[in-house]
Amino acid sequence: MQKEAEIRDPLILGNKSYHDITKDVSRPVEGKANKYWWILFSLSAGLMLWGFACMAYTIGTGIGAWGNNNTVGWAWDITNFVWWIGIGHAGTLISAVLLLFRQKWRMSINRSAEAMTIFGVAQAALFPLIHMGRPWLAYYVFPIPNQFGSLWVNFNSPLLWDVFAISTYFSVSVVFWYIGLIPDFAMIRDRMSAKISPMKKKLYSFLSFGWSGKAKHWQRFELVSLVLAGLATPLVFSVHSIVSMDFATSIIPGWHTTIFPPYFVLGALFSGFAMVETLLIIMRKVVNLEAYITIKHIEYMNVIILLTGSLVGTAYITELFMSWYSGVEFEQYAFINRATGPYSWAYAIMMTCNVLIPQLYWISSIRKSFIATFILSIFINIGMWFERFVIIVTSLHRDYLPSSWTMYSPTFVDIGIFLGTIGFFFTLFLLYARTFPVIAQAELKSIVKSSGSEYKNKK
Amino acid sequence: MSSTTTIYGIFDDEEVLLSSVKEIRSNNIEIKEVYSPFPIHGLDKALGLKETRMGITAFIYGCIGLLFGGILIYYIMILNWPQNIGGKPNTTFYHNMPAFVPILFECTVMFAAHLMSITYLIRCGLYPGAESDSPDERTTDDKFLMEIEVSGDTKTVKDLLGKTGATEINKKDA
Repeated sequence: MQKEAEIRDPLILGNKSYHDITKDVSRPVEGKANKYWWILFSLSAGLMLWGFACMAYTIGTGIGAWGNNNTVGWAWDITNFVWWIGIGHAGTLISAVLLLFRQKWRMSINRSAEAMTIFGVAQAALFPLIHMGRPWLAYYVFPIPNQFGSLWVNFNSPLLWDVFAISTYFSVSVVFWYIGLIPDFAMIRDRMSAKISPMKKKLYSFLSFGWSGKAKHWQRFELVSLVLAGLATPLVFSVHSIVSMDFATSIIPGWHTTIFPPYFVLGALFSGFAMVETLLIIMRKVVNLEAYITIKHIEYMNVIILLTGSLVGTAYITELFMSWYSGVEFEQYAFINRATGPYSWAYAIMMTCNVLIPQLYWISSIRKSFIATFILSIFINIGMWFERFVIIVTSLHRDYLPSSWTMYSPTFVDIGIFLGTIGFFFTLFLLYARTFPVIAQAELKSIVKSSGSEYKNKK
Repeated sequence: MSSTTTIYGIFDDEEVLLSSVKEIRSNNIEIKEVYSPFPIHGLDKALGLKETRMGITAFIYGCIGLLFGGILIYYIMILNWPQNIGGKPNTTFYHNMPAFVPILFECTVMFAAHLMSITYLIRCGLYPGAESDSPDERTTDDKFLMEIEVSGDTKTVKDLLGKTGATEINKKDA
């Protein structure tokens, strides 16, 4: 049996037995959706459909439907892409890195965080696809033998590294998620009555791959999870490093910096944790998981946000220092323009939301408050979107040649597609919350005796 | 004539089960299988299971992935159609190596993770649509089940199970 220090706060409240955990995790799957779920679902599905319409319009008309122009060739599309990829990072960090560090508090939140990763990366993948203009030729990005002469991909290009990194990240995350889901699907399968809901029983029987919980299978399960965590850990760091190289290997002032890979990874973790908090604070209320997602979990995440937020702030200041210290006037101008030029309002939002606001987490009462955390997490989500916007648009809109200087403003199609991906993301997440075991119950049961409140009180 | 009987001892607590497993094995009785709702620390050792070799497979698959990535890049960039991109000609593999590292790494991880997971599913007999062979549906909820096959007299095994804390003992004649 695992031991844990008595002074640590319990991770599971309310004297839960194994059977209580089973009941609590299967309740959302077995029950009917309430009114709030339907309201949220209709809203997200509506947004999603509007997004699809805007995507169809883009593909039918061309990229000219967007606000992009010759000078600002990359704008909201890649801003949204990087933002969504960043959101995806917390899931794998929670499930993989925290598994390697043996952090028990990950167990109540890893399933939903990973779901968020997968849905987030799926949204991200949409943007390069639409930006191609001819998405039916998307297979050009893969190194497959073809009939167009020797038309191969370029392995020296960070854009191709991105293709490999994101497809690996997405598929490995799905596999890692599913391996953990198998025993939990089996639990739901065994609770379903073949008489009352035969279709559901069949469905979960299909999804659970015939899992029965044999000793040898559990032994392999644990090792496979550990090795997958070990493989996913460098993967998390590589993905956003490679995304940052899309910028860092170019010769655009403000992009051409060696600090980009760690700076992007930290920013990704920072925004990812903010999104996990936004989602989980709502979800613990909607599907009654207050006993499992406690203020302790939120506080741990707030500490990570405080750390990564401060490091992101350090990176902003380092960038400013390096541009001055480089002595390159183009580089210096890029940063002066960011802070004081026509997009200074975006820069101010970014600085406020990412550097100043997270510092509030030094105050214990804010760190330990659901409402404050929820509000702050929204600010961080906004701030991190503006970070990418600032990096991309302000570096491009005033380039080496003043005659081509211009401004960028989004069209309704840009806005529609972005809102559409938010709708799509929440649609997927809401469907997930009603059909999947939202807590890794098998893992959680193994810590009831070391971290449950009943056992803590007995000692 | 001795017929084999399968005895199922059901436990409510994993610690009781673990000590019972040790007790029963020390009496030279073979335990056929243990079903549990979650992994029990130390159960594999108590049952005398060998260490799993899944980690080794991951390493081998990773090496295959690295090799695959290397050959893929070598064929495309160096052999089949070498190009001069940005004044950096792709005439040799090792000169261009730094630019190939990200994809070599991704190929390694992709192969190791996917092929190990597939091996795991195959070795455990898990596939979409497979039927569970658990003797009791409660083993995915909160019960721990020990399965023992006995030929002939079942009383000793039943007594041992009862004595070591089984809350329910069932049997099935084969």
